[in-house]
Amino acid sequence: MTIPDDLKYTKDHEWARPKGARVLVGITDFAQDQLGDVVFVELPAVGDEVKKGESFGVVESTKAVSELFAPISGKVVEVNDPLVEAPENINEDPYEEGWMIAIEPSDPKELTELLDAKAYKAHVDEQG
Amino acid sequence: MSNQSGWKPDMEKGATSPALDAPGLGGAVRGLVHEEPLLFEHGSKGRCGVSLPAPGAKAADDLPAALVRGGIEGLPELSELEVVRHFTRMSLWNHGIDTGFYPLGSCTMKYNPKSSEALARLPGFAGLHPLAPAEHAQGALELMYALERALSEIAGMDVTTLNPAAGAHGELTGMMVIRAWHAAHGNPRKKVLIPDTAHGTNPASAALNGYACVQLASGADGRLHPDTVAAAMDDDVAAIMITNPNTLGLFESDIAEIARIVHARGGLVYGDGANMNALLGNARPGDMGFDVIQYNLHKTFATPHGGGGPGSGPVAVKATLAPFLPLPVVVKEGEQYRLVTDPKERPRTIGRIHGFHGNFGMMVRAWAYLRELGPEGLKATSDLAVLNANYVRASLQGDYNLPYQTDSLHEVVFDDTAQKEAGVTTMDVAKRLIDHGFHPPTIYFPLVVHGAIMIEPTETESKETIDAFVAALKAIAEEANRDPEALKASPSKPFRARLDETRAARKPVLRWTPGMKV
Repeated sequence: MTIPDDLKYTKDHEWARPKGARVLVGITDFAQDQLGDVVFVELPAVGDEVKKGESFGVVESTKAVSELFAPISGKVVEVNDPLVEAPENINEDPYEEGWMIAIEPSDPKELTELLDAKAYKAHVDEQG
Repeated sequence: MSNQSGWKPDMEKGATSPALDAPGLGGAVRGLVHEEPLLFEHGSKGRCGVSLPAPGAKAADDLPAALVRGGIEGLPELSELEVVRHFTRMSLWNHGIDTGFYPLGSCTMKYNPKSSEALARLPGFAGLHPLAPAEHAQGALELMYALERALSEIAGMDVTTLNPAAGAHGELTGMMVIRAWHAAHGNPRKKVLIPDTAHGTNPASAALNGYACVQLASGADGRLHPDTVAAAMDDDVAAIMITNPNTLGLFESDIAEIARIVHARGGLVYGDGANMNALLGNARPGDMGFDVIQYNLHKTFATPHGGGGPGSGPVAVKATLAPFLPLPVVVKEGEQYRLVTDPKERPRTIGRIHGFHGNFGMMVRAWAYLRELGPEGLKATSDLAVLNANYVRASLQGDYNLPYQTDSLHEVVFDDTAQKEAGVTTMDVAKRLIDHGFHPPTIYFPLVVHGAIMIEPTETESKETIDAFVAALKAIAEEANRDPEALKASPSKPFRARLDETRAARKPVLRWTPGMKV
């Protein structure tokens, strides 16, 4: 299971990657492994506002439907549309091809409240 | 023994089929089973199953020419015998409670007595026209009245509507009633609290009524704790929706305190009655503080279920909510029964939620079942349902992990932690059960348990059947350690081996076209 050092994480297993003025968001390798084969993803529209800790979409696998929680508040400025046709990208490449949305943060300081790779790894180990 | 050559349809070639000839522990072998093409792939050009008299004037002559289609290509052309064989063979691929054990957790797949079927088919019930005037339908109305009284008493409520068509429809109706009650008090409110161990349809029923859902975490013992409810409860909360026992099969022992907390802030308590089979005749939701609860007659009262339906989801409420119930309502006036259909008589009703009287045939079956069992029988039903589930739990707890140690009622939830090291998952266990001749239990639900295996044996199974099921699960646990790869390739006995569920969900093929290769 990979947990890249340069990302920030939530306890709900989303990752956040600051890139210029935007933050890319997806789910972690651990999350995709627990979900199993992802078959459907529902993402917000460009222009929607998301709020830290609140649901911004849904990911469905052959086992379960799970909500996606925003790691940071702000405006959705881009959505990874190809995921709708190729949800397998979330399983195969959760940190690159499997990115979900790009957020323009309303309060970039919120990033510092997220877990770093080491703290996230400890959180995952705790969950077994 | 059939199929000694090990023939398989093309799509299954390459799949292994160990011990094809040995019956599974539930007695499953592959019998005289046919590959069955689609109707479109059967038959022959010009063949027809019926002989109709030649039409005189062409019926289409009276229609505007622009609306008449010249011909239709590709309709199936089969003889009557071919059609009969096609559907009979297809029916042989089916599994139902009349063919085998069906321990689907939270679904209460109990036996549907044939006596109830016979009574529902009495011509006076089955042939009654829904528009028959009340004086010609007194027997049917009396049955509805009696069933309504009985269901109210069993739930510890005051009044019940029989109209909803199924459990989720009952939830929707119950939440509409709750919203109407709040609106009549000046504020419909905004939120509904739902524990993570509630039934899966609850959030949808709340959302369809315009409520935001607030999920509450259950405690380490699998129960909802009063502190959690108190922390989330405010004046915007319209109701809490609780399944009791919850989807872990655990009784919410703090329910009275939780109801008190919700009521104190003006909220109502909705009960999902999906698991009433655990309580029947032993405990009443109305006495626990619930204001509304829906029944699932097709679960608890043994009316046909899962393709054999339709269902029926009566909603029982406390007196304060009664004016808001949907129409029609049966009332008794002297010795006569009357159907109230005019909203002028019930100005606060939420209106109609189903055509005519609801699914009346299910009411007949449920009433027949109730009368057959009587109060002692109903109590024995939940006693035995709980005993059977706990027998399964005690028998298997050395072989499968129990994520919650709390005492369970009518169903038990295991997970695949003990099989993890061997790389075997809940899905593999479920698939191998099919080879043994058992329908798999509910899996991967409730979501609070990773890899959940949720078993509800119900009261109608014999000890021999349950023992055979337990033996099969033990054999699978043993196989997981000895030969995990074989498990991962299972099932091998059914007509279709392991299907690619991921591909089916990602790239569904929903329409057949001539010559297509699946």
